[in-house]
Amino acid sequence: MLLETDNLHVVVEGKEILKGINLSMEKGEVIAIMGHNASGKTTLVLTLAGFPRYIVSKGKIVFDGKDITNLTIYERAKLGIAVAFQSPPTIRGLRFGDMIAFAAGKNPWILKDSKFIEEILRKVDLEPSIYMDRELNVGFSGGERKRSELAQLFAMKPKLMILDEIDSGVDIDSLRILGNSLKNYIEENNCAVMIITHHRHILQYVKPNKVYIMSKGKIVLTGSYEELIPKIEALGYEALIKEVLKNELEG
Amino acid sequence: MSWKDRYRDLALQALTKRAAYGSDIDINKFIDKTEEKTMINDEIKNKVLEVGIELSQEKSGIYFQVDHSVVLSRVASNIKGLEILPIDEALLRYDWLKSYYWKAISVDQDKYTAIAELKSTKGYFIRAAPYTKISQPIQACLYIHSQGLLQAPHNIIIAEEGSEINIITGCTIGSKVNYGLHIGISEFYVKKNAKIIFTMVHSWNEGTYVRPRTGVIIEDGGVFISNYILLKPVRDLQAYPTAYLIGKDAKAKFNSIIYGSQDSIIDLGSRIILMNEGCSGESIFKVVATGNAKVYNRGQIIGQNRNTKGHLECRGMILCPTASIVAIPELIAEHSETELSHEAAIGKLQEEQLNYLMARGIPPDDAIGILVKGFLDPGLPGIPEILQSEIRKKIFTAIRR
Repeated sequence: MLLETDNLHVVVEGKEILKGINLSMEKGEVIAIMGHNASGKTTLVLTLAGFPRYIVSKGKIVFDGKDITNLTIYERAKLGIAVAFQSPPTIRGLRFGDMIAFAAGKNPWILKDSKFIEEILRKVDLEPSIYMDRELNVGFSGGERKRSELAQLFAMKPKLMILDEIDSGVDIDSLRILGNSLKNYIEENNCAVMIITHHRHILQYVKPNKVYIMSKGKIVLTGSYEELIPKIEALGYEALIKEVLKNELEG
Repeated sequence: MSWKDRYRDLALQALTKRAAYGSDIDINKFIDKTEEKTMINDEIKNKVLEVGIELSQEKSGIYFQVDHSVVLSRVASNIKGLEILPIDEALLRYDWLKSYYWKAISVDQDKYTAIAELKSTKGYFIRAAPYTKISQPIQACLYIHSQGLLQAPHNIIIAEEGSEINIITGCTIGSKVNYGLHIGISEFYVKKNAKIIFTMVHSWNEGTYVRPRTGVIIEDGGVFISNYILLKPVRDLQAYPTAYLIGKDAKAKFNSIIYGSQDSIIDLGSRIILMNEGCSGESIFKVVATGNAKVYNRGQIIGQNRNTKGHLECRGMILCPTASIVAIPELIAEHSETELSHEAAIGKLQEEQLNYLMARGIPPDDAIGILVKGFLDPGLPGIPEILQSEIRKKIFTAIRR
């Protein structure tokens, strides 16, 4: 088992947001976590990443056999958890190329060979001569930011990638690039991926083994891609959840 | 009475005069006598590298003073129209130079200007002939090598009409020296349509007191850009350079990059007086304060003529609850057609950015270093790329230590 959350309860600024999440992922597995807005998806992402605002009030997180519930963001990243953020910040004075080197655990200021940076940028279709020297995320379009996130994750060579709405705010061309880059990377590196999304778009490129649907801080549905995606498309989250609950009650 | 004696008399009268800002230093506890230095050893070479001075590299010219001894003073053979001389030699050679001596600063401004005149511990004279444009930097370095030394060089820099020069000055102290006092007197004369870019890198230690005194006189269309960089701790530094924009359309800009750490007391400002039509001035002060550092930024712009513009900016970041930053902007409009503004923002490190970097596996201290570097180093306008990259390297080195 790569990741396991056991009855995970999370409090943010005194309010309980996650109410008993049980989740498990095998090494190299791809899962999707879906749900409507404010269902707790991003809270789950930032809790797994170790952001201090997200306090685990009950339950635990086990990663690669180790209880990481009380580890810092940095310690979790070093263990192999890498997160692509929904709204990454701009950082003035930090070159994008340097950030890739840092993510790869190298110091760009004493780096002799920057070829690997160029290779990583090309994997997400960002031309190194244009992007290497740009300040991180400054003036980047939505699609460029998401590709920048993915490039940084590739540089980290993680065991688990958590992608928080990697497909939101991107046009169809960027989606294709993101989807194909991700697919290629997973095939080459056997990396586990948790895809947090509202839509099926990105899942057409990287098909998950399991789909979880969240609502009000809980996982309310689990199923296969083939089973759940057509229902989400047909009914939407709210009606689907209602229908399932109704069936359960009747059953 | 000779012209020199007149200055000496004025200096004697000002010898106990406190400076307008900063704590009062007992100058008697410092020594002014030292042996003649002629050698440059590896320790000195490495130390001056920290302030951007590469003794091994031939730039357009160099002046290097250790304590009170002029070790190097020369112009590269391929450079025409540039003169670099020790100030005492220049005053002997050029009678006209006395009309520049103590004209941009008053000898009796305070006890520090006074002692500089009375001790006369060398300094440099740099002059660019009319219409000479030299892109390669001129290097100047003042180095304190003796324990407890009072070093008070007097520098005069003249950019004649239409000329352009670029000076990197590094001031530093030997690693075995625990304390000292550096008073640098610098008088700049920027003639019609001339330009001086003056980049000063200071690297002191916890026992050094520093009291630079700078005056700049800028004529029609002249441009003066000062970049001041202080990244290492200092005991107590106070400076308040003043630019007098006497000519039409003259421009002055002061950029400061300060990393105040340990118990440093840094009181640094600038004054820009827009005296003629169309003049403009700007002061951009960026500071990061940590440890017990106390940093004051005093900025003053005085608009005295029509179509003049001035802007003051102070951006501060505090990394530690025991550090402090005080911004004291002053805008003085003495003409109805002057336009003056100021902007100040002091805050802490952005937690969102810090978390983001750590989520990439960057250790917390390095993540802080990256953000501090980004905050201090957005690029200095008007600086050639070669200098920019030098400054960047220095910021990285200082923060990462």
